[in-house]
Amino acid sequence: MSELVVRVAGIGIYGPGLTGWPVAVELLRGERAFDAAPPPKPAPVHLPAAERRRAPDTVLYAAQAAAEACAMAQAEPAQLPCVFSSTQGDIAITDYMCATLASTPRELSPTKFHNSVHNAAVGYWSIATGCRAPSTAVSAWTDSVGAGLFEAAVQVVEGGAPVLFAAYDAAAVGPLRSAVPLDCGFALALVLAPDSTPGTRLTLRAATDAAPKDTLAVDWARRLHAQNACADGLALLHALATGAARRVRVGAGSHFALQIEVTP
Amino acid sequence: MTAYTATSAAGRGVDAFSQALRERRGGLRSNDFGNDPLACWIGRVDGLEDAAIPGEFATIDCRNNRLAWVGLQEDGFLDAARGAVARYGADRVAVVLGTSTASIGATEEAYCALDADGGFSPPYRHFLLHSPHSLVAFVQGVVGATGPACTVATACSSSAKVFAQAERLIRLGWADAAIVGGVDTLCGSVLFGFNALQLVSDEPCRPFDVARRGISIGEAAGFALLERAAPSTDAPQLLGWGESSDAHHMSTPHPTGLGARLAIGDALQRAGLTAADIDYVNMHGTATPANDAVEAVVVSETFPATTRASSTKGWTGHTLGAAGIVEAVACLLALEHGFMPGTLNCTAPDPACGPQFARDNVEQAPHVALSSSFGFGGNNAVLIFGRGARA
Repeated sequence: MSELVVRVAGIGIYGPGLTGWPVAVELLRGERAFDAAPPPKPAPVHLPAAERRRAPDTVLYAAQAAAEACAMAQAEPAQLPCVFSSTQGDIAITDYMCATLASTPRELSPTKFHNSVHNAAVGYWSIATGCRAPSTAVSAWTDSVGAGLFEAAVQVVEGGAPVLFAAYDAAAVGPLRSAVPLDCGFALALVLAPDSTPGTRLTLRAATDAAPKDTLAVDWARRLHAQNACADGLALLHALATGAARRVRVGAGSHFALQIEVTP
Repeated sequence: MTAYTATSAAGRGVDAFSQALRERRGGLRSNDFGNDPLACWIGRVDGLEDAAIPGEFATIDCRNNRLAWVGLQEDGFLDAARGAVARYGADRVAVVLGTSTASIGATEEAYCALDADGGFSPPYRHFLLHSPHSLVAFVQGVVGATGPACTVATACSSSAKVFAQAERLIRLGWADAAIVGGVDTLCGSVLFGFNALQLVSDEPCRPFDVARRGISIGEAAGFALLERAAPSTDAPQLLGWGESSDAHHMSTPHPTGLGARLAIGDALQRAGLTAADIDYVNMHGTATPANDAVEAVVVSETFPATTRASSTKGWTGHTLGAAGIVEAVACLLALEHGFMPGTLNCTAPDPACGPQFARDNVEQAPHVALSSSFGFGGNNAVLIFGRGARA
């Protein structure tokens, strides 16, 4: 059976009650109460002020988590291949596009159109950081966290060098709310590195049975699960925060899940 | 590559595509898509409105999955894909497909038929119907594959990058076969979006013509079945792939094509080849002023004068997220049918084009072919295919 072994060199997170990895660690360890107040709008260090104003929310979420992960890993973002993953991309842009097409299609904004591509976040990130390494934007519906993590781990092992992985989703707006059950912004990022480097070891194997993916059995995490598909990453982040050896199941496709062995 | 197919405005299946290429018969038509069509030309696949998909997938019925279904049935591809599932086991077959807009056409329709409460009407309330992953979910379902499954959505490089991702999966032992390719369909988002960027031509696109005025948008479905190469196979092979980012601008190429050069270099290195080994280059060649100006210089400075380079977008239009697979198939047809397609609708080549540029078809069999795909966000992918002694 194939396995991928990688190390976690850096972690970043942005979401309700999860305003950065140090806060998330305390929350995940049960040492801090969940703060339900909406997190402040992110101001990721690499994005110039003008870009921050212009960029869609999903770009800010992803860049905030990515910047934190790169800083923790002491990695130069320009050198890291990027795997960005999202269930739905930027729903506010989709809403704008579809509403405008239904009323005044010839007035569509060119900037909103180029921001509508699924790879907008990784595009902005690579431009802001001067990264010319390969970058990709993937999706696997509500299994996008696992699918992105898997692709990033494949690239680490294949290329023998660190890779930046970021997963993000935003709240549904407008008529899309009637079909898309996403209700808050959330992003997480990991810098994954080859097994020869320091850091918590992740061993990824294909799950061989149809058990459900792991979720975190605390109230705030359950609520987040119902609001954003990126919360799929919380069980893995919990293992990373508590520093205990354990196995975590993460969905990575409709019929494909990863059994991840976490070894501090 | 044990099976492959493409369906576009240039025809359904590879024989129709090959014949159109040989006869220099393009598939573009005056825009007749939607209620209020822009004055431009499009590459439309006829008959999708009546191409029903299997009933069990009714919740994700949309133009994109109808085109996927039509495309899968050409050239025996569906049988070949199901054969791989039977041979290797469902969990050993990966599905990695590219798309830029997937089923967004259905989301656009939903906005035109909102309920009294302002939400979607019942036929449009299924979450997956509005997700970029709707294509992969559909193809996985009809083929019966349960291995790794992923949507790659990097705009116009999407269905080139899937070859790289799938090759890594097979090489690292996570799959024995992979269904790769991509599907993109005509929709308001891309027609009016590219129009807003002033990148749509009011005449059939004229790649590399000095007076080119922009793209013609097309729709297409294409698929290939990747398996580990048998030692003495006669099937065309993926020799290498390269990927890079421009780090320059969301919708304009790097002025000297830095990212394109990096991706070409990466692919050559991975294939163990030099630029002199490349007989044919299928360029991205969208017919926008910016893309073709940059790409013409990159090709003329990278490849020897003996390499032939062309754009086939005059036949199909720019099929966006499906461009990578359609042009990969154009390369495979060149390798297997022994000719190199030229460029359609180009009457006066841009002086930036080097001696490599082929306006006319070349009746000569290439052994190694390279395809370039560049997307918004500065996302670049290059594939190299070979056959015979070179492979």
